[in-house]
Amino acid sequence: MIEPIVRPRRKNPLLRTRLPTSPPHARSRASHGFTRAAAEGRFMLQRCGACGTFCYPARDACPECLSADLVFADAPRRGTLLSETTLHIPADVHFRERAPWRIGLVAMECGPRLVTHLHADCEEGRPVVMSFQLDKSGQAVAFAHPERETPNMADDRQWREMTADPKFRRVLVTNGRSIVGQEMVAALKAAGASIVFVGIAEPWKPFRGEDVLRALEGVEIVPLDIGDEKSVADLAADIGGKVDILVNTAEHVRSGGLLDRQGTSVVRDEIDQSYLGFVHLAQAFGPAMRMRGADGVNSAVAWVNILSVYALANWPVFGAYSASQAACLSLSHCLRAELRPGGVKVVNVFTGPLDVEWFQTVPPPKVAPRAVATAIVSALKRGLEDVFVGDVAEDIRQRLAANPKAVERELGA
Amino acid sequence: MQNSIRTPYDRVVMAVPVTIPYVRYSIESAQWWIGRALKALVDGAGITPRDIDGFCVSSFTAGLDSGISLTQHFGLCVRWIDTIPLGGASAIAALRRAARAVQAGDARIVACVAGDTNHVDSFRYTLENFSRFNQDAVYPYGAGGANASFALIARNYMRTFGARREDFGKIAVAQRSNALRNPDALMKAPLTLEQYMSARPIADPIHLFDCVMPCAGAEAFLVMSEDVAASLKRPAAKILSTIERHNAFGDDPVQVRGGWAVDVDELYAMAGVKPDDLDFVQTYDDYPVISMMQFEDLGFCRKGEGPDFVRQHDLTIDGTFPHNTSGGQLSVGQAGAGGAYLGVVEALRQVLGQAGPTQVRDARIGLASGFGMINYDRGLASGAAILAGPGS
Repeated sequence: MIEPIVRPRRKNPLLRTRLPTSPPHARSRASHGFTRAAAEGRFMLQRCGACGTFCYPARDACPECLSADLVFADAPRRGTLLSETTLHIPADVHFRERAPWRIGLVAMECGPRLVTHLHADCEEGRPVVMSFQLDKSGQAVAFAHPERETPNMADDRQWREMTADPKFRRVLVTNGRSIVGQEMVAALKAAGASIVFVGIAEPWKPFRGEDVLRALEGVEIVPLDIGDEKSVADLAADIGGKVDILVNTAEHVRSGGLLDRQGTSVVRDEIDQSYLGFVHLAQAFGPAMRMRGADGVNSAVAWVNILSVYALANWPVFGAYSASQAACLSLSHCLRAELRPGGVKVVNVFTGPLDVEWFQTVPPPKVAPRAVATAIVSALKRGLEDVFVGDVAEDIRQRLAANPKAVERELGA
Repeated sequence: MQNSIRTPYDRVVMAVPVTIPYVRYSIESAQWWIGRALKALVDGAGITPRDIDGFCVSSFTAGLDSGISLTQHFGLCVRWIDTIPLGGASAIAALRRAARAVQAGDARIVACVAGDTNHVDSFRYTLENFSRFNQDAVYPYGAGGANASFALIARNYMRTFGARREDFGKIAVAQRSNALRNPDALMKAPLTLEQYMSARPIADPIHLFDCVMPCAGAEAFLVMSEDVAASLKRPAAKILSTIERHNAFGDDPVQVRGGWAVDVDELYAMAGVKPDDLDFVQTYDDYPVISMMQFEDLGFCRKGEGPDFVRQHDLTIDGTFPHNTSGGQLSVGQAGAGGAYLGVVEALRQVLGQAGPTQVRDARIGLASGFGMINYDRGLASGAAILAGPGS
């Protein structure tokens, strides 16, 4: 039975902030199959193409038949907790300061045995449901959940180390003028965020939804124009030490590619608003977040980018926009690496065209802004890193996995 | 009793048991410790380094050096060499390989050595770099070495077979009482069952006195023919039989037995003795539960009867079942791969009558076993040997 976590009190500024530490991060190359699975919230094990055996840990040959045809495949999640132990004196700094810490050995119904972190409600001899999670080092670990939902399940101490749950956390949503931004605020409040700071550029200009936003309790409108380095720095100086989750809802969408545009001013705008805006935010807020990765219940945990799925494959109808998104995607991997020592996740949410005015001429299916917000909160609660929202994004993901060249030709047709 | 089809180790013997006394931490290198052991072997045998023509070494902390680099380091010119990375099963494996080399004439005098240093950060380095499965699927869980893995095994064993902590405690307490007679043991203070029971938990049900203390040290022995031993005028022990088995019973959901159980009949058949004939037993005691498992798998009782066996026997030097007479790793310390050799070298001393304060009276035949390499969820390597003194 999990005790619900309590809202943290105001931080004592005289106390030293506990610095983040990483659990052991070294992995074999094959083992990163689990990293991929964890990033997307899938449960995958290696399965032998020749004899069908599931195996674990990651191997380079099947232990039944020695075939090298081992592929990561979605696997049944159920198993039984065979044995458990509570670590009181772990050797490693990260776990020592989190002790007691509970782990166990699970026999999967599909065969292999997994050493795993345990949710507190898992009982020895009872069925469990497995997932792979990204731990504070950013690498995949196995995690056992009780078979059925239990009270205050998400507040489990060990589970919360794996997730970026918004409950009792303080969030900056960078653009409150957009519908996505406003939906984001509502979803985060519903998920228990204690404060949502909402960035508004040029706040004296009224905008649709402003009244609703201002009426929400625990929502604070702050001046922020991410294209303006000073504006970003000023806000960071004010609230940078209390941003636990940053959701970049910057939205700068213009149609057009290369040859039908005159000059570079539109392209420059796209780069300023999307790419340089990201740079400004990262430089202003990233360092403090990285320092605060172990700062209690409301430690810094996640940075969320909303990216067009066309960051992965250029859609010439929005060709320059696609390129600006690709630049942001590349930069997100840099940010991910640089935030990793703090245990702060970088969540990339890929969407197809949104159901907003800038995609007016694009035929459906389009993604409802609320669906993006819902997906982001779900990703934070589950501790995911790569999320595809909507049918178009999922379609592109699958087609890229099958044949990227086909995607290029077909998007350019 | 079944007959063995294996070739006996006729006229092959072990001699010159060497222990370089352990220290908790050392600023010296593994090479330094191995060098001290080689020097003690040479001095003990009355030979020169040039007389050693076979070299077998085990170490976790020798860095980039395997046996071949060490030949140049120590000025050895050998015609037979082996580097054995089997952890706690290294000594049995070394003995087996060296004995066959001598028997076949591939080497005349083989030095078998294990040595490890223990810098303040050695243990962590060994943990981090133990094996790929360990790195991928155990170490990231905060396991902190083997404690967590053996906790999972011990807990399952307790539940399945009704072992209690007191039973494990009896093993540890008896070994401490043995260790108090061994001047080289790192643990100098008596241990009571009450102290054992009230020790701080490390990883339930593993508590402090279930764990070995990592330390620096070296152990060694020589393998040669009976004739060479006689010419050197050194007492020598016969190798009656040996077994070795790796990755056995992989389908057992949790480890409840080791590879010994596969080959135990062969062990006694080749030796031509029964478990009752043994005067002492040196098990591999990285945790008491593993010693208890060996009592079963090495034929002293049936599977599941380990707890009762322990309750019914006195495991001290003068007891009904002298066990880990030096104090074992639990009380002497675990000098890396030297831990594999500790029981084997002590067994050699016992059958030679050279064990001094820990000598079992009239010990003629004894058993030593090894266990090692908890790669993922279980120990993979196992082995055992039965030795006999010169008079038997």
